[in-house]
Amino acid sequence: MSGIESADVVVIGAGIIGAACAEALSAAGVRVLVIDRGAPAGATTASGEGDVLVSDKEPGPALELAAASRRRWPELLDELRELLGPGRAEIGWDPKGGLVVATTAEAVGPLAALTAAQRAAGVAVEDLDADRAREMEPYLTEELTAVAHFPDDAQLQPVPATAALLAALRARGGEVHSGVMAEGIVADRAGAVAGVRTGVDAIPCRAVVNACGPWAGHFSETVGAPVDVLPRRGMVLVTAPLPRFVGRKVYDSGHVDTVAGGDAEPRFSAVVESTASGTVLIGSSRQGTSFDEGLEVEVLRRLARGAIGLFPRLAGVPVMRAYGGFRPCTPDRLPVIGEDPRMPGLWHATGHEGAGIGLAAATGRLLADLFTGREPVVDPEPFRVDRPEVALEAGA
Amino acid sequence: MRRVVVVGAGPAGTAAARAAASFGVEVVLIDAAPTPGGRHRWDARGAGARAELPDEVEHLPESAVWAIEPVPGGHRVHVRTGPVDGPERTGRAIEARALVLATGAHDRALPFPGWDLPGVCTAGAARAMARDQGIAVGERVIVAGTGPFLLSAAVSLVEAGARVTAIFEAGDPVPGFITRPGGALAGWTKAGELARYAATLARHDVPLCRRSAVIAAFGKDRVEAVLAARLDRDWRPVPHSLRRFEVDAVAVGFGFTPQLELAVAARCDLEDGFVAVNAAQATSVPGVFAAGDLTGVGGADLAAAEGAVAGAAAAKLLGARVRAPIGAMRRVRAGRRFAAALAEAYPLRPGWREWLREDTPVCRCEEVAYGAFRRAVEELDVGDARVLELATGAGLGLCQGRICGRSVAELAGLPETADAFARRPIAAPVRLGELAEDVPVDEGP
Amino acid sequence: MRVRVDGEERIAEEGQTVAAVLLAAGRDSWRTTRFGGRPRGLFCGIGVCFDCLVVVNGVPDVRACLRPVAEGDDIRSQDGAEVPS
Repeated sequence: MSGIESADVVVIGAGIIGAACAEALSAAGVRVLVIDRGAPAGATTASGEGDVLVSDKEPGPALELAAASRRRWPELLDELRELLGPGRAEIGWDPKGGLVVATTAEAVGPLAALTAAQRAAGVAVEDLDADRAREMEPYLTEELTAVAHFPDDAQLQPVPATAALLAALRARGGEVHSGVMAEGIVADRAGAVAGVRTGVDAIPCRAVVNACGPWAGHFSETVGAPVDVLPRRGMVLVTAPLPRFVGRKVYDSGHVDTVAGGDAEPRFSAVVESTASGTVLIGSSRQGTSFDEGLEVEVLRRLARGAIGLFPRLAGVPVMRAYGGFRPCTPDRLPVIGEDPRMPGLWHATGHEGAGIGLAAATGRLLADLFTGREPVVDPEPFRVDRPEVALEAGA
Repeated sequence: MRRVVVVGAGPAGTAAARAAASFGVEVVLIDAAPTPGGRHRWDARGAGARAELPDEVEHLPESAVWAIEPVPGGHRVHVRTGPVDGPERTGRAIEARALVLATGAHDRALPFPGWDLPGVCTAGAARAMARDQGIAVGERVIVAGTGPFLLSAAVSLVEAGARVTAIFEAGDPVPGFITRPGGALAGWTKAGELARYAATLARHDVPLCRRSAVIAAFGKDRVEAVLAARLDRDWRPVPHSLRRFEVDAVAVGFGFTPQLELAVAARCDLEDGFVAVNAAQATSVPGVFAAGDLTGVGGADLAAAEGAVAGAAAAKLLGARVRAPIGAMRRVRAGRRFAAALAEAYPLRPGWREWLREDTPVCRCEEVAYGAFRRAVEELDVGDARVLELATGAGLGLCQGRICGRSVAELAGLPETADAFARRPIAAPVRLGELAEDVPVDEGP
Repeated sequence: MRVRVDGEERIAEEGQTVAAVLLAAGRDSWRTTRFGGRPRGLFCGIGVCFDCLVVVNGVPDVRACLRPVAEGDDIRSQDGAEVPS
């Protein structure tokens, strides 16, 4: 691995979380090297829809991190533009808002409970009547029983966003190396991180950030400090391009349960939104706890039905693609962000499940805050590595 | 699940279906077209006879296979039957112990300025339109690209009444390679076929210009003229060699791209961009066989021979008493020599990239211009096809990279470009309403 | 058989594809692209390029090169991307 001499910090994983951590560390003056066994943004990041949501997080630490990240993204975007110049920090930022929709009488109560909780936690929510909702989204079903508008929900394009974050890192003298597999950690006599083993070579460094996403559990086990992060699969359908069809992220009120459910059983809810090119993305599903890539037509069928339930006119639209991504999932549904007390110098930033794109900005900031000893952007306690829900015993 | 499902009713698929049926197993043959025969019909005279199917084969015409799933003991094939892309198609899921994939290949088109103008089409399109529909795509047509298929396209055009101004062959195959007695093609029927094409073209004064290509097309709402150039060894245009031709159509073809999506969905191993098979046409996945252009492009005779071997092997897998198809296996070996010689004689050279200009669309669906594409590739350290698509927009459109995938992957410097864009779990578009339907599952005998 | 092409009645033959009917009617393009508004017609001829999309009986995104024409078909040019009715 000629060319890689050393770094203060080696970030393992060039997805959006790794890129955000690297960017934030480099902004604090830390010399960072990012390595990835594949290509930047090539795995979980490439199969994300780019949601930056505050509507679907339960009040508490998850919502606090989401709200901090929602505040942080526009600031970060300004900083990237300043650093990189116009045109090189285009990440498709779109504060388009979200609609959460109930279509049955039974769903009205749970939706009201959700909006009340979000409102109490300081999230902007507007209750809409059916006419107003259909004014905002003309193709929406007429079978509406309740609709809530979350104006602060936003979207960005994950791959360009990752590219911009890594470009900022490079602009500050950091490096990104693709196709480099991290095989282990070199520890010093006291058991602290002294480098990263990459097969033929080792890169000296004083800290390592495990940003391996769904593979973070596997990596942590390899280095003897296991955290409980498992892959959960989410499938997305992509339609043929349409003229302006849906302006916001629109999802049925059962979605929050789908995201929150932790078991291996498949869960579904209807999530519909457009992309800049005019295609409509249809989610969402959560299933499994392994890296099984097989296509299941039944999953696609459930997604199709849910989307038609929200937007009946979609029934005639061709589906041209289905893709699945693996999302890093923890038992308590909260990310793991911080230093591992079992191995000084080993940091983790993973476990964001399907929300990593949105949570990346605050995750990077929080990790850099903790690393440099600054006042943390949110309370780090709920995300700490040694909480009993995620820290596993080595060799267990 | 004692059944063979064959996907694709070209020479390979029909031969596979016929062979499997001859050993007494149940066969379902699924194809997009209303009649069997396949889309290329390399050898016009043989196509009719090949396409006849015995009664024992259940032929599902006008049927799109849009997904396959593994199930215990075999595969489940998801089919929509009815008018192409119509919402009134009916759905069915067919289970099979053995699956023979014979999905063929389509023309490869390289991008060049003006290739998106109406009147520019693939050699295969010109040929199919002429032969199957009796319509010439233009009155004055230039045929350009590389490979012997260009001759066949030109002949079809001439026979449909077009004036073929010239054939521009970008390569420079060794003279006599095809017809040389005792060479790679000894005894192979292709030689005679090509000699017939050459005679027809000579009769119609169609010149064949080697080491030449159409490097730009012009016109307002359709092609009105093209620029042709002599090429150097690497296919870079030779300075001062440009000539302008007034034409109303251009048919281009640079070899073929196998339609890999079902094979990739079944997780078959690939080799050099084609499906890897053994002597029995078995892929790396138990119960899945492949035949025809999917395994290497060598024409209808090779495809039919591979199909016969695959059909026999599939029947054997089902427990039928099968005689080894020794004759077909011998024809496969001879045909593979021809295919290898063909691939070697007509390689693509990287100089085609120099035909591109800043505003040349590299992705036709999403209208991604070469300049913007290149800048996006430079921005991000693009390392795989999915990231390339998301970073540039190329390959994200309705064709899902079928047309541009290999070319943009090459332009971006991705490794293994032949199959970089072949991951398409939804192998043919279905409407959301069709997808939402419950369909009957036919488990078979 | 009788069909309509952009409102005009035409005679088509059994076994013809919609693309053949359009070409025989002298049309070389029947779709515009959604960004540049560029004309498109037949390209690959075998259903893989999706350039020849056309509206048949009110349904957009039909591949003209593959679709056999049927008695009474109402064939209409496609304007970029269209939402099916």
